[in-house]
Amino acid sequence: MALFDKFNKLIQERATFIQTELSPFGTRIDEIYSPTEGRIGECRVILAGTNNYLGLTFDPTCLDAARQSLEHEGTGTTGSRMANGSYSGHIALEAELADFFQRRSVILFSTGYLANLGTIGTLTGPGDIVLLDADCHASIYDACKLSGAQIIRFRHNDAHDLERRMLRLGEQAKDALIIVEGIYSMLGDYAPLKEIAEIKRQLGGYLLVDEAHSVGVMGKHGRGLAEELNVESDVDIVLGTFSKTLGAIGGFAASHHPEFNLLRYASRPYIFTASPSPASIASVRAALQVMIDQPELRTRLWANARHLHKGLVDLGYCVGPQVSPVIPVLLESPEKGMFFWQKLIKHGVYVNLVLPPATPSGQALVRCSVSAAHTPEQIDRIIGAFAQLMAEPRKEAVSNAQGATRPGYR
Amino acid sequence: MVSQEMILERLFVYLNTTVPASAPVRPDIELVQELGLDSIKVMDLLMELEDEFDISIPLNILTDVRTPAQLAQAVFSLMEHANGAVR
Repeated sequence: MALFDKFNKLIQERATFIQTELSPFGTRIDEIYSPTEGRIGECRVILAGTNNYLGLTFDPTCLDAARQSLEHEGTGTTGSRMANGSYSGHIALEAELADFFQRRSVILFSTGYLANLGTIGTLTGPGDIVLLDADCHASIYDACKLSGAQIIRFRHNDAHDLERRMLRLGEQAKDALIIVEGIYSMLGDYAPLKEIAEIKRQLGGYLLVDEAHSVGVMGKHGRGLAEELNVESDVDIVLGTFSKTLGAIGGFAASHHPEFNLLRYASRPYIFTASPSPASIASVRAALQVMIDQPELRTRLWANARHLHKGLVDLGYCVGPQVSPVIPVLLESPEKGMFFWQKLIKHGVYVNLVLPPATPSGQALVRCSVSAAHTPEQIDRIIGAFAQLMAEPRKEAVSNAQGATRPGYR
Repeated sequence: MVSQEMILERLFVYLNTTVPASAPVRPDIELVQELGLDSIKVMDLLMELEDEFDISIPLNILTDVRTPAQLAQAVFSLMEHANGAVR
């Protein structure tokens, strides 16, 4: 097989979408006006497909911190954390995150993806066993693959299925690494962490929770799902990102294990890449403080989530299983997904289009997400755009979507 | 006692319910390139086999698997390894 032959199927699948006027893959956003508004071509759109949960990308204190850093520290570190890439800001942010998460150690990475690669891929190796939720993010799968550990999947959000698989492993389960996510990025549902923590207490193992979508979103202080469910002491490692609630780019891992800091000397994705730019670090430090000081942002975020979820349910759409700031509308085919996605832009709303196999259920979904920065009026406009789609000529797209597989959803 | 043929049989049952009826399932057909299974479906298939035969099958075995026959062989080897001779 020639080197590029393996892409033939992909080329065929994507051809119809790429030839259209607006492509959902790598959409060019021409201008960004605020955390919630931008322009795509001729269309001014409400951004309802981001991960900007608290809307901090334009927060004045974050912008100011980034500007100050740019002025004083330059545009980049040009080096690894292990060499010339550890500035005082990097060290300070690690300490501030350790304090926030009440963990002994925090290690920063250049992206959330690298945080998973650098943590899971280093902690586990050949001979180890990883048990992961089937719907875990690609970075977790890649990390497991990189590690060479034995990878066992359990059914999504099914604690009993995890237990069954651990019992099957017998003694080996005691040293296995269990991996789940706080909020899952596509369906917006969250892990049954209380039950999983209980299983871990009974059968052993280590528990890693990727709180990428739940930091700043869940928990009294915004520490994520584990805080929300009061099981933080059962979690061995917390993974997170700076590219969602904290509004920049980068990732981190936090743990109470005394040996955790040693990862710095063994983790290739930590060592062999440049460290996050100083301006990103500065804005994240400011964003963390805003997140701590303004819990009302979280209240507003959830009000918006409930508002949009209810609006879409009232219209008769088939949405995700739990109310959260990630609200997917499930559609039965890629064509219908594409139809919805393009029409929504014409009606002034940008959402994410997700197609199989990236969709956990094999369906197409338009993934809406809300921000604390959305106004109630903007949420009404998003609902209004979906309502307009009900009346579009291709009516069958909507009526069929209503009949999409419902078990497990709503 | 589980034989390699029994594993292949179960695989066929699963594949026949998962892929379009027009595609004939053979032991040497390529799961991804010919049958059009995506990576998630192949992993789901392993999960089904784990429960069917009550064993742990790590995803790692997929590295060298392209066809149902190869998958049946890999799972059988795993069972032999785990339980001694299973035939």
